[in-house]
Amino acid sequence: MLEHVVNGLVLGGTYALVAMGLTIQYGIARIMNLGFGDTIIAACFATFVLFTTLSINPTVALLILVPAGYLISDVIYRVIMKPLVARAPDEGALEVDSILVTFGLLFVIQGVLLTLFGGGYTSYTFLNTPVNVLGSVVAANRLLAFVLSLVIGGVLVVVLFRTRWGMILRAVALAPKSAPLFGIDTDRAARTAFAIGGAMAATGGVVVSMFQTFTATAGVVFTMKALIVVILGGKGSVPGAVVAGLLLGLVETFVAAYIDPGLTLAAVYTVFLALLLVRPNGIFGKA
Amino acid sequence: MKTMHGFALVAVAVVLLALAPLFVSEYWTGVLLGMTGYVTLATAWALFSGPTRYVSLATVAFFGVGAYTVAVLNEVLPYPLVLLSAGGIGMVMALVVGLSTLRLAGVYFVIFTFGLAELVRQTVSWWEVNVTYTMGRYVFLPFEGRHIYWQLLALAVVTFLISWAIGRSRIGLALKAVGDDESVAAHAGVDVTRIKLLLFVISSTIITLVGAIQAPRWTYIEPSIVFNPTVSFMTLIMALLGGAMRLWGPMVGAVPLFLLFEWLSVSFPDHFSIILGLLFILIVFVMPNGVLAKIDDLRKGGRA
Repeated sequence: MLEHVVNGLVLGGTYALVAMGLTIQYGIARIMNLGFGDTIIAACFATFVLFTTLSINPTVALLILVPAGYLISDVIYRVIMKPLVARAPDEGALEVDSILVTFGLLFVIQGVLLTLFGGGYTSYTFLNTPVNVLGSVVAANRLLAFVLSLVIGGVLVVVLFRTRWGMILRAVALAPKSAPLFGIDTDRAARTAFAIGGAMAATGGVVVSMFQTFTATAGVVFTMKALIVVILGGKGSVPGAVVAGLLLGLVETFVAAYIDPGLTLAAVYTVFLALLLVRPNGIFGKA
Repeated sequence: MKTMHGFALVAVAVVLLALAPLFVSEYWTGVLLGMTGYVTLATAWALFSGPTRYVSLATVAFFGVGAYTVAVLNEVLPYPLVLLSAGGIGMVMALVVGLSTLRLAGVYFVIFTFGLAELVRQTVSWWEVNVTYTMGRYVFLPFEGRHIYWQLLALAVVTFLISWAIGRSRIGLALKAVGDDESVAAHAGVDVTRIKLLLFVISSTIITLVGAIQAPRWTYIEPSIVFNPTVSFMTLIMALLGGAMRLWGPMVGAVPLFLLFEWLSVSFPDHFSIILGLLFILIVFVMPNGVLAKIDDLRKGGRA
């Protein structure tokens, strides 16, 4: 029982982490990124390559891949997203356009990964030693992944809520039309938010690859779970993403342990639908 | 008078298309078959998603359910009943999905439909492994390519007629109002939820039938084959390229893209999805409202 709680929280921690990235992209840059999960998978493979060919420790890989995720997303925003933002007459149009374009992006990233690595399951062995936590045994890599998720997620929350930079981003999320009146460069804020989202996806990829197997085609499932967490938590809400992420991790682990591992996705969907019918704006959403 | 001419032209075209397998090789019958399948899928998709602007990514969920129903029932029931059952199951599934999601705002709908295929695939796989103890089924039906093609052609014609009739009816007008501004439409007395639900059910039932009719082509069926997300993707991109708001739009998009994809998948099998993705991005950038709208724009621009 306790073992499942611990495992559920570990899994939920990574969900919360990646969902924070997606919710920042969606809440501030107003871009619904369906290629998000594939960015995570790309980071998984990058970590794998760094570890197996150059024997770079995954925690060190974070220092390389997180800035890389930031820079690449920044470029993607400038090249692909900005023209769409400029052309969209309203928020709804941008939402649809961004969904369609990132759907294309999803296939491009997936195709590149498939060509480079093939379609098989990939993993590497890192810190696979058992650790005793509150009387139940957990693999050290899982524990490290959880701690990293907590620390990185925590840093992001502090930056968002305690710095001027974070305040600018939140202002754009809250009132995109009035923010420019206060001298805020909304285009730059949106780009930054999109890039932070990319950096978080990269973080998530590195962390997930430490304890899970992955395939080139697994991105869709990650995107879906991250989206579900974002919506459950309330669009754009960072604390919501954390709570919903942990909840989802627990639900999945318990369903896998007590009902059937093949039904986790069905369970996740049931929770998603049930909650949406009760609270259409998510746990922390505003009406 | 103009409509009558239109009808006559379409009728001649359909007869010619129906006769084609008697004159062309088996390979080309196969190409025609695939093309008719996608024309029907794209038209059925646009039936709901075009006017309402609710982007549905669930095409393959219904397509796969249709194919799977045939795989399960083809040895127990006579073929017409198998098709009827497939259509019925698709209809019920669309009702359930519709009733639980259509009240939700646009982006929730996109996300739910995005995952629906994955959900159905997992559930079917789980059922087959744990309940029926079979993974993968065989479809033995005495059909050649042209038999499947004729059935698809008939379905395509029916789909076009439905699309045409809806476009001219009060429902079509109400739908356009929903697409323009849902709350305004609701205030004007349009029963938004009911109309959306009706259209979603019609569109999904047709999509299920396309999957069911095409099932005999595979002979061997497995969840990962019939729930391949590329089907949703191609349907969407075809309808978009042609223009989802117009009767002929999806067809105008589906025919060239199907031929292009056919060629690409033979010539560049390993890089297919990269090219597909880039093409998609390009289409969204260059022709957000489709080719037909673009041509209209150019014409108007030329005159002005």
